[in-house]
Formats: sequence, C-alpha cells, structure tokens
Amino acid sequence: MRTVVAIIAALLLATAQAGEIAQDQRRSGYSFMRSDTKAMQDDDTSNPGMLWVMDGEALWSQRIGAPDKACADCHGDARASMKGVAARYPAFDKALGRPVDLEQRINLCRAEHQQAPPLDYESHDLLALTAFVSHQSRGMPIAPANDEQLAPFLARGRELFMQRQGQLNLACANCHDDNWDKHLAGSAITQAQPTGYPMYRLEWQTLGSLQRRLRGCMTGVRAQAFSYGSPELVDLELYLMSRATGMPIETPAVRP
Amino acid sequence: MASALINVPKRARRGDVIEIRALTSHVMEPGYRRTASGEMIPRDIITSFSCRYNGREIFRADLFPAISANPYLSFFTTATESGTFAFEWIGDNGFSQVASAAITVE
Repeated sequence: MRTVVAIIAALLLATAQAGEIAQDQRRSGYSFMRSDTKAMQDDDTSNPGMLWVMDGEALWSQRIGAPDKACADCHGDARASMKGVAARYPAFDKALGRPVDLEQRINLCRAEHQQAPPLDYESHDLLALTAFVSHQSRGMPIAPANDEQLAPFLARGRELFMQRQGQLNLACANCHDDNWDKHLAGSAITQAQPTGYPMYRLEWQTLGSLQRRLRGCMTGVRAQAFSYGSPELVDLELYLMSRATGMPIETPAVRP
Repeated sequence: MASALINVPKRARRGDVIEIRALTSHVMEPGYRRTASGEMIPRDIITSFSCRYNGREIFRADLFPAISANPYLSFFTTATESGTFAFEWIGDNGFSQVASAAITVE
C-alpha cells in the first residue's frame, strides 16, 4: 500500500518532462548507488558476481553432451573470442528469423553443437556462463549490431517500453525516462540502462538476468509479466541495449 | 559449485596491520521460509569460518541464519612472517570449502 501511495505521489509531483533521455544525460545505475555499494562492485574480490564468473570459466572448458565438446573446443580462449560479444547482443539469428539474447545463444549452442539439454533461465549454470561471457566485454561500449533485420524488433521493444500496462497503468518510460532523477520510496529511480547484466542484486542475494529485472518491474506495476525467453522480453532487451549505445559494460554489476 | 574469493595483500612489511577479506558462494537458506506450496525449506547455512596463519588460528566466526547469501567477511591481523593463510568454511549438509593465499613479509 505504501508503495502505491509513493508511486502515485511520485507521479503527481512529476513535471511533464516526458521524452527520451538526452545522450549527455545518460547515467549507469552505478552512479545512483551509495559509495559502499560502488566499492563492492569495484573490487573483484568483494564483488559476489565474480563467483559466477569463476564458475562460468570452469563451465567454459567442461566437455558435455554426446559429442563431448566444451565451449572452449570451438571458441577457444574466451578472453579473445568473447571480447565484445555481450556488447552487441541481442543479435539476429537467421534460422529463427528473430533476435536472440546471450542466454538463448548459449542454449542454442548447447543444442546445436553439444547436443545438451537447454539450461533453465536463472539457473546457476546459465547465469555463470552468461556472466563469464559478458565479463569479457567489461569496459567496452555497448554497440548493437547495425542490422536492418533487427529494425522491426527494435521498434516493437520501444513500443513495449512506452506502453502503459498493469493495474497501476504505468509504462517503463513513465519512471525511467520521465522520473529518473527522483525517488520511489527510499530508492532512486534509475534510467534502466542495462550496463551490468547479469548482475548481483543485494535484494535478490544472487546474480540475475535482465529478463528477471524486467519481470520484476512488470510485477511491480501489477501487470502479468512476460515469460522467460518470450519474444517480448528479448525485444525489450534489444531496445534497452540500443538506448544505452556507447555506455560501458560493467558485468558483473552490483546493485541494491 | 562452490568457490571463494580471497583478498590478502601479496606483500607486507613485518608488523603491518593487514586487512583480509573472504567471500564464498553459499545460499544461506535460513530454514524459516516456505515454498509456494507451503512446505518448509530446510536450513542450509554455513555454520563456521576459520582462518589460520601458518597453522595458527587467527580468526574464527560462527554464522547464523540471519546472515545473507554469499557471506563476506573482513578482518585484520598483523603480518609477522611469510607464509600461508588457510581459510575454511563448514556448514550444513556436509558443506566444506577451503581456500588459501600466500603472503611475503619483508
């Protein structure tokens, strides 16, 4: 109930600032955090996300499936081969005719080249592999592929971001474009820049994907969240990444 | 899959006070929560942590259900001699995790 009051209050107070965030005003969620949480992310021995990166590194060279192949058998040293990959995902998959995110790419790789069953969303191993791959792009600017085939999906992602939903009838944009410099109860409303996924959220006490974060927000506005892996969530991811073009990857980020 | 992240300075001068940080992955399930269908989730926590400096125990902690997942411990000691810090975490369901880090004291 308090949350609802806070949301309504925030909306009433909001000046009509509507519109997308100017390039020079974009800020990572990092800049909204307190210094102790920043310190936690900055030091690789205190960043709990690094536990998943380490596990991902072990999984990278673990042979699985009927062909007894590891990621490393095709892709070699991830430090070279995976550098910059997370910065351009979700990417268009010709066979599926639509964009796939990093988690889906890992599962497609497992199915096609390792004949291994897909890993569940938010499972430890999928998060670990995704974190390990994304970590290779840390510090690199987000650079979505300039692919015409992505255009309709990007447009749909943007539409979903702007579309009001749920019992509270709020669009993502109502908070993250229009009110990002304000607070919702005690928490900063951030700009929804997906710079550090998968990331360690103190509230979750675990690493989580961008899809988990999106679903959490949808539940928050009392909408029926899209299922993990649904085209809608991938389109949203695509839009968010393009919206954050040029911002450096932080994976694994820490957030409150 | 269990793993630990340790931060011990690689070098120190004799007599320096050094900070040691240890982070390990663990769910720290408190044992008070229920699943969506109402069943109790059994307790699964780390119960004890210890750090030995060249075999001598310099720090020990008991852990309890209210401690968050992936517990992070930080403590101080005096660098007396070159050698090894050995860390050990022990918990429910036979959980055991060890790690070590070397230090050179000049």
